[in-house]
Order: sequence, then structure tokens, then C-alpha cells
Amino acid sequence: MNMSSDTIMRAADGTPLKAKLAQSLRREQLRAMALIAPLLIFILASFLLPILMMLKNAVYDPDLQDTLPRTSALLATWDGKALPEEPVFEAFAAELKAAQKERNAALIGKRLNYELPAMKSKVTVTARKLEAVQQGPWKEALTTIDPVWGDIETWATVKHASSTFTPFYLLSALDLRQTAEGAITAAPAERQIYRQIIMRTFLISTLVTVLTLLLGFPVAYFISMLPPHQANLLLVFILLPFWTSLLVRTTAWSILFQDGGVITQFLHVSGITWLLNALGLLHGEPALFKTRLATVIAMTHIQLPFTLLPIYSVMKTISPNYMRAARSLGATPVYAFIKVYLPQTLPGIAAGCLLTFILSLGYYITPALVGGPTDSMIAGFIDTSMNNEGNWGKASALGAILFTATLVLYYVYNRLVGIDKLKLG
Amino acid sequence: MDAIAARKLHEVPGRAGISLASESPSVREKVMADQTHLVKFEHVQKSYDGVSLVVKDLNLDIAKGEFLTMLGPSGSGKTTTLMMLAGFEPATHGEIWLAGKPINNVPPHKRGIGMVFQNYALFPHMTVAENLAFPLTVRNLGKADIEAKVRRALDMVQLQGFDGRRPGQLSGGQQQRVAVARALVFEPELVLMDEPLGALDKQLREQMQFEIKHLHERLGVTVVYVTHDQTEALTMSDRVAVFDKGIIQQLSTAQELYEKPVTAFVAQFIGENNRFHGVIASSKGGQCEVALQGGEKIKAVNVLGGAVGSKTCLSIRPERVDINPAASAENVLPAVVKELVFLGDHMRVRLSVAGNSEFVVKVHKQPQGGLAQGQKIKIGWHAEDCRALDDN
Repeated sequence: MNMSSDTIMRAADGTPLKAKLAQSLRREQLRAMALIAPLLIFILASFLLPILMMLKNAVYDPDLQDTLPRTSALLATWDGKALPEEPVFEAFAAELKAAQKERNAALIGKRLNYELPAMKSKVTVTARKLEAVQQGPWKEALTTIDPVWGDIETWATVKHASSTFTPFYLLSALDLRQTAEGAITAAPAERQIYRQIIMRTFLISTLVTVLTLLLGFPVAYFISMLPPHQANLLLVFILLPFWTSLLVRTTAWSILFQDGGVITQFLHVSGITWLLNALGLLHGEPALFKTRLATVIAMTHIQLPFTLLPIYSVMKTISPNYMRAARSLGATPVYAFIKVYLPQTLPGIAAGCLLTFILSLGYYITPALVGGPTDSMIAGFIDTSMNNEGNWGKASALGAILFTATLVLYYVYNRLVGIDKLKLG
Repeated sequence: MDAIAARKLHEVPGRAGISLASESPSVREKVMADQTHLVKFEHVQKSYDGVSLVVKDLNLDIAKGEFLTMLGPSGSGKTTTLMMLAGFEPATHGEIWLAGKPINNVPPHKRGIGMVFQNYALFPHMTVAENLAFPLTVRNLGKADIEAKVRRALDMVQLQGFDGRRPGQLSGGQQQRVAVARALVFEPELVLMDEPLGALDKQLREQMQFEIKHLHERLGVTVVYVTHDQTEALTMSDRVAVFDKGIIQQLSTAQELYEKPVTAFVAQFIGENNRFHGVIASSKGGQCEVALQGGEKIKAVNVLGGAVGSKTCLSIRPERVDINPAASAENVLPAVVKELVFLGDHMRVRLSVAGNSEFVVKVHKQPQGGLAQGQKIKIGWHAEDCRALDDN
């Protein structure tokens, strides 16, 4: 060891110690990165990227900008107080003609149709009729084909629908709209549906969460008090449904709930139907299939383990000595349970309920299969927007709202309980 | 240790009960005359599985103000006994009395017994002050009253200013003090402690032993203490009940327990001892002569009054054996030095004596010329230091 006047610490081979340390650590870091890389890439590609694209779709709206570039450029300076001038009509007519040639006119109609009813057919008809018109004035020509082009609102819609980024989808997913002046107001009553859907989704999720908690908590408590071998057996029973596909379980429920199905027949044979009829609570046979009750029951059944297991895992760690201590200090069993035991299970309750609530928000198959036609939840509407209407903007906006609601829930949970206290097992 | 035990004997005369194996009739008479026992176990049995008994026919009186320790290996029934007294386990048979009333059917929260648990069982979601106020709130005391009592309890365990902390923010020793304060704050007559010092390191444990002992002396509260640590039992208690296999093997003062064990288990469990197995050859006036397998004869105290011809186990404490014994020693045997271990204030010498190669002697003063491995020496002890016990 030659510790010369050199103040830098050096490794045995003469390289500075710091560099050597970084080098040796780098190798370790690279190895760690290599180990997690497959999963990281998979998550980025299959999870993070789609989410980001979805969020972008919710505000990204290039259709009109692409098909009506001149019109939108001219409309950008329009104040929206009176009908636009002739140049705007001229540009629009020219671009609509071009679009008709390239069979893109329907795209313009579809986009305008999101905001103004019947615009889809009006645009297609206008585009077809416009083919015959060779000369202006275009303002007159267009308004003659369809008086809708003499409407300020139409042009206001074209104006804000033709910007590349639009708040339209997000606003409409919250039943809001932007006026020609740019102010945000509530959508007309007959077009307000999404707030109701969001509220309904939250309501059903809350109901399911509360039910799983009420059913799961006593069971979790009971199992946590059992000797290990009995507890394990019961846990297997609780986990059994996990090993069956969600679709299979939901289908099973739909068979059980059917009119004249197992449950209806059981209620009939056991006399409960008769009793409920006699009490005036029911008229005729009960209709369970395609009702909200069916949705809630099936979802509660599926979600029960998610609520129960975190609670159980927390309860298992609570020493029976806490209850004994409380009892020896003079507390009645009920008082000791409420003041000493229950508060200690809160992290588990919070984790279980949060998990169930967030998963419930996204339920799609179960409400679709056993739920009522007016009971669709938000995920069902996302599906309809995407697969039936081809409206990716709306689907993305609804998804973004669901995503935001989940993040807000996590935030609230973190503030109330602390995410580090989340115990899932 | 001896000095402490002796002092205790002076300070607390007559604190004893009817025991299975008490050796002092004078103590027994005193209790008969003076019925101040707070707790009484009467033929108590406990079984968990209906097949075996964890506690077999327990009879135990605990005097008011006494510090009684239940000492024994794990599974000996001591904790079960404590749990029955606290009310967390029902007695399978027999009756437990508290202050003259049968309490078998009294639920734990109505027994008014303070308890300190293993690992303290402080409520983690409450502050120290809330923990201490818990038994007082339950009893519907006034707010001012509660505050005063909590402050006094914190003073008592020297934790002033800790009232706002959570148990998780306290050290093990501090948590232990809070647990003791919480068990005492509602002024119970009886406090149970279930291995309260088990989780502390050695130094802190010794300090807490004295703190608990002093609290007991100052408050005059009755303490039933469970431990498997014999040092703890010997230093703290007025009386110690040694449990094994669900039976109290011996119930007496610490000194008596050490000096005069009545069963081979107690002799083995408390302190160190050397053992010989043999048969009683003759017995006379409380003394007997035991023939070992090799033919050696040893004079001993016939503790159990065993008949001639019965098997016995002899127990001799290592510090009662002399090397090169004086002429007064009744038992003298040849021995071979096997091993010498220097321990500072004394030397442990392992010998081979009469076929027992694990015979240990503590030598505080080396004989002239010193000892060497393989050396042949003579050892001896008095008949009164050698006890003929049950052979099992």
C-alpha cells in the first residue's frame, strides 16, 4: 500500500476509488436493469402507452383540421357574433367538394353530429348536392341546400371542432358544452346522460363495497380467530371463486336469476313469493334478471374476496392480547371491540374497500350480462362509444374521467390512511 | 442473592399460604390464624382438549400485598393459571376466589384486576395518555379526575412529558413502564404480570426488576408474576411457586427454594446442582445413607422420608463442595479433575466422581499448588448440604 502525497484515494490497480466504485456499482445496476427490463418493456407497451394514447385521444381531434384546413384557418379570426363572410363559405364549399371526391365527407358529418343532432345526414346531403353547383356565391348556395348553414351555431361548432385539440369530449362526458363564445355551460337536458351514468357507477360501486364489507368483515374476524389449519381450509373456500373465470361466474348468476330460474322457483316453492305478495311487497313472480339487484348481488359475490382478504391479513396480525388488555382494564367486550380492535383493522378495511371500489368502477361484463338495460355502468358506455359508434374521442374521455376518479381516490386514501399502510396480505 | 432473600424474610414475615410443599409449619400456622389472603385457588384443574390436564389440582393462597411469582418452563401451566385468574380462560374444575368471592362466573372486565402483558399490549392507535386514561374512561371518571390520575401515573413511572407519544415512538423500556402504569392507574388490588420483561435486554431487565419491586413495596398492591427466568423470580418475589407439568412443585421463599429444594425438578431448575442416583441403604432421624451404583455410600438429608431400598436422586450445590475437605465433612470421595474454567471471581472445576463425569465444583480459593487436569484429588461435603430427592 503506497499512500503517497496523492490525496485521491486509489484502488489497488491505481484507478481513483470513486471511479472504481461507480464502475463496480454500474455493473450491478445494469444487471438489475436487465432483470427487470422484460417486465418494464411489457408494462410500458401494454399498459402505460395505451393509457397515454387514450388520454391523448380524449383531447386530440384532428379530423376537421385535416379535412377543412382553410375553413378552420379562416374561422379562427371569426368573432362568432354574425354569420361568417363569403370567403369562409367559399373555402368550406371547396373543401367539402374535395372531401366528397375523396369520400371523406362522412367523417366531417360524423364529427359535427357529436355536437349537433342530424348533422351527419345534412353534411352528406349537402356534399352530394354541392357537386352540381359550380359557382358562388357560396353563402347563398349552401343556405339554399340546407338552412342549417345559415345558422351561427353550426359555424361555431365547425370552428371549435376544427381545432386539433378540443375539450369537447371531456366536457360532453361531464354533460357540459362550449358555446360559440367559448363559455362552458350545461348541455341541454335531453342530451344529459353522462353525469347520471357516472353517478350510477359510483352508486353501484359504493353499494357493492358496503355489502362486501358488511359480509366480509365478520367472516374475516371469524377466520382470524380460528386455529391455522381450520383457517386455511376456510380461506381455500373463499379463494375458490378466484380459480373460476369471471365470465363463467357471471353467466352462472344469469342462469340463477332468470325468470323461472333457480332463485325464482326456490322463492315460489318455499312460499316466500306468496308471503311477499300477501304482504303487498311484490306483485306476481319476482323479476330478478336484468335488474340492478342482480348486478349488485353478482358483483358483491365476485368482489367479496378482494375486500375480505386484506381485512383478514390485518386481523391476523392483531394480537389477542389487545382485547384481553382492554377487558382487564374494565372494558365490556363490545366497548373493547369498538375502541381497541376495530381501529386497528382500519388499514385492512381501507385497503379492501378501496380495492373493491376501484375494481367495481370498471365493471363491464357483469352489468352487461345480468344488469338492467338502463343500468349500464361507465365501462359499458366506453364499450358502446368505441365499438358501436366508433367515437374514440368520447370513449377516451370517459376512460380519462374513470382514470382521474381512481387517482383522486388514491390521493384521498393516501391523505386519510397513508398508502404505506395499505395491506393486501 | 442470599442477602436479598434474607432481607425479604425480615421484611415480610408470615406472608405465606397453605402450600403443597411448604417446609415451614410456622408460616403455615400464621396464615391459618390470619385469613388475609386475596386470591385462593381451590382444586383448580384446566384442560384444553379434554384429554390431558394442563393444570392439575391447583391449590394456592395468595396473601394481600404479596409478590408471588409463578416460575416454570414453558408448558408448565403457569400462564394458564394466570389466564384463569384474569378470567380469559375458564377453569375446567374447581373454584377461584378473589377477596372472598368466587369469580369463576365473573367476566374479566368486572374482576378489576390489572394486567401487564408480554409485549405490553399497549393500544398502538392511542397516545400514552389515552392508553392510561382508557381504564378510567371506561369507569366513567370525570375529565379532571382522569387527567390528574394519568399525570400521577406518568410521574410514578418517570415518564413525564411522554403523554402525547404513541407506543410505537417509545423504547422497549418506556413501553414497559407505560404498561405497568396502565395496569396500576385504576388502583386495582391485584396486578398480574405475564413475563413483562421478556422482550427487554439484560441490563434494562435488571433495572426494571428493581423498579417493579419498588413500586410493589410503595403501593402495597398484590402482584402475581409469571416468568421462566429464575433470577427474576428469586430477586423480586416474596414467594415463588415453581410449576412443572401442571403441578406446583414447591412454594416457598426464594432462599428456601435454593437452599432446600424438595423435588429433583426444583433442584435442577433453580441454580446448578450435581446429581447422583442411588438407593437408600439406611434411614434415621431425617438423615439417610444412600448407596450409589459403584458401591459408594453418601450421607444425605432424607427430604421425602423415603423408605430403605427406595430409589433416590441426590442433589448437591456446586458451591457446597470442598476440595481437600476438612475432617468435619461427612462425605469424602476421590475425584479426577477433568476440566478447569477460569471465570474471574471463581473457577469452575469439572470432576469425575463416582461415575459422574459432569460433577461441577465452584472454587473461590484455589488449593495450594493449584489444580491441573487429570489430577487426582479428594472432595467432600456435609450431609446437610446433600439432599435425597425423588428419582425420576
